[in-house]
Amino acid sequence: MITINAQSIAFILFSLFILGGGLGVVTTRNLIHGALYLVLSLFGVAGFFVLLSAPFLAAVQVLVYIGAIAILIIFAVMLTRSMTSLTEAFNRQWWLGALVGALLFVFLAAGIILPVWGAGSAYAGQPVSEVVATTTDLGVALVDGNQYVLPFEVASLLLTAAMIGAIVIARDDE
Amino acid sequence: MQLLNEWAFIGVFFAIAWVFPLLPIVGSWFLRPHKPNAIKQATYECGVETVGDTWVQFKVQYYIYALVFLVFDVEMVFLFPWAVAYKQLDWFAFGAGLLFIFLLADALIYAWRKNALEWI
Amino acid sequence: MEQQCRDLINTLAACMVANGADPNFANLISALLGVVLVATLPLLTVILLIWVERKFAARIQDRLGPNRVGPFGLLQSVADALKMLTKEDITPAGADRFIYNLAPIIAFAVVVLIWAVIPFTPMHVGSDLSVGILYFVGVGSIGAVKVMVAGWSSNNKYALLGAFRTIAQLVSYEVPMILALLIPVMMSGSMSMQDITWAQGGMWYIFSAPLAFAIFFVSNLAETGRAPFDLLEAESELVAGYNIEYSGFKFGMFMAGEFMHVFTVAVLTAVLFLGGWWGPGVEQIPILGFVYLGLKTMAVYFLMLLVRNTVPRFRIDQVMNFNWKFMVPLSIVLVLVQAFLLRVITSLGLAPNEAGDFVSSLPQTLILLLGNLAIIAVVLNMIRNRGRQQRLADEAARSELAHPAGAPAGD
Repeated sequence: MITINAQSIAFILFSLFILGGGLGVVTTRNLIHGALYLVLSLFGVAGFFVLLSAPFLAAVQVLVYIGAIAILIIFAVMLTRSMTSLTEAFNRQWWLGALVGALLFVFLAAGIILPVWGAGSAYAGQPVSEVVATTTDLGVALVDGNQYVLPFEVASLLLTAAMIGAIVIARDDE
Repeated sequence: MQLLNEWAFIGVFFAIAWVFPLLPIVGSWFLRPHKPNAIKQATYECGVETVGDTWVQFKVQYYIYALVFLVFDVEMVFLFPWAVAYKQLDWFAFGAGLLFIFLLADALIYAWRKNALEWI
Repeated sequence: MEQQCRDLINTLAACMVANGADPNFANLISALLGVVLVATLPLLTVILLIWVERKFAARIQDRLGPNRVGPFGLLQSVADALKMLTKEDITPAGADRFIYNLAPIIAFAVVVLIWAVIPFTPMHVGSDLSVGILYFVGVGSIGAVKVMVAGWSSNNKYALLGAFRTIAQLVSYEVPMILALLIPVMMSGSMSMQDITWAQGGMWYIFSAPLAFAIFFVSNLAETGRAPFDLLEAESELVAGYNIEYSGFKFGMFMAGEFMHVFTVAVLTAVLFLGGWWGPGVEQIPILGFVYLGLKTMAVYFLMLLVRNTVPRFRIDQVMNFNWKFMVPLSIVLVLVQAFLLRVITSLGLAPNEAGDFVSSLPQTLILLLGNLAIIAVVLNMIRNRGRQQRLADEAARSELAHPAGAPAGD
């Protein structure tokens, strides 16, 4: 049913990274360890991108998420010293949170799997596409007037707004 | 398949790259002396006794540098596909890239003028 | 079968399959062999390079350098490594054990990983990723995580301060480095290292974009923590920075990682801007490419050593100002000007032809070179004017002190 080849082993390994990292983030008492578990989880996502034939996104995931966002998170944890180790759990209703999380998982899984692999789906019986888009295709699509040039420019505007907003908040003391 | 072969090499490289530094560290565990005592393991502070626990003054400047880097990082991630496809595109693509970079240079100028980039 | 099995390096997998081994297993063994070869190369070279560096620095400082251990002191690095292996490993009290031990391993592994994408000859590259440049940048940016982890887990406030400063510097100088990397990508139309090297057959990129080479070179000096940006771990500064609580071979790993990083960056500069393995006769005898790459790398490495032993050290606020107020705007301007000129060249039909030989690349190179020189001239002019204003202001202030405006006439 499930072939065991290098791809499936890699899939299982990266899934372990992601899930293990995620579990580690929510259960650990030490926030720095939590941040490092997050790095592990993000690294697993990068591996998934490789398995999905999107090496550009895998490299971007490592560069942006692990190289910048994880650093920011670790900075934030380190610069607020009283939060680095929690001695007791804040939350008494963790069982309710777990239940809601499990329900959310069931709904998401059903919502993603059924339309694609379910009975009356539009994709039933079609073979997997062999077309692999390269970075050049992405580049052409990003500046093509009929495709994604508007989101491209809006993304730039969004980044500018983010930077200005962050500076306004951070330099608030003047 | 070619892609997976290439990345399989990287995967094997990853596994070996962790083993390489581990070998000497484990090897030195056998070779070196091991006599811990409290004075040797005390925190180093130029030879004086440490005062207070380990914390540093919150300096928001570090965070702002990391933040500005993050914004520029995401910008450059968008610019890479543009650069890869650049030779086969036309003037419209140049204009789109120009506008993109201008908007972010704008943000940099704002940060500069508001003295957010000063090391204080 | 005989023919296949003779050329072992290229066709180990095919040879094994022909002899009855399972194809997946054969591929795995072949990959493993390749990995071990590619990973030991920087290790062995770095041992030699540490000696080169110490001798070079010594001669510049008018002294001899290591000359006792082995002929001409060649075995000095080996002696140092053996010494570090036998030193006691003191873990500070209160250190976070697991990540304290993890940091030197990350430090080393991250640098070795970059070697997977470097093209040694036209036919030998570890793994010709289609996103080679982004892979290099991404793996290099993991280096910031190791600094943070080392600084935090040492339970030492000076280590933490040093780690914060190091990360601020590392992270800031990645911006001009990546912007300068956009130039070879634009000119060759691909992110793969092997493709960029092939595209330099007509003209090396250092001649088309010398400013990009300069920006990349200086950013990498800052990224690897080399002088003049070495305030973070210089002997007279913040007590050796983030790796102060490390002793024994773990400290050796940090140092080895740093030297290897410098060498790796020199190889990358040679591949991206100096034409990699190109040289006379390389298409007939591929192994010559390895020699040419080595020569170019040593040239870049010597340039780095020269800079290191010549210029004084920057202060941290000078480092930051230099990056955000000079390098980043300069590299943005460079990318825009280069993109504009490339578009003009293509519109005018002056682009090099398919074969990409020397003569047809000449018009593009000249135009881009002129563009770069124009930017350099404008920037130097701005610096000169700023310097002159500063000097006039200083003189005015000094003459104010000497002859105050309110002094009685006749003085």
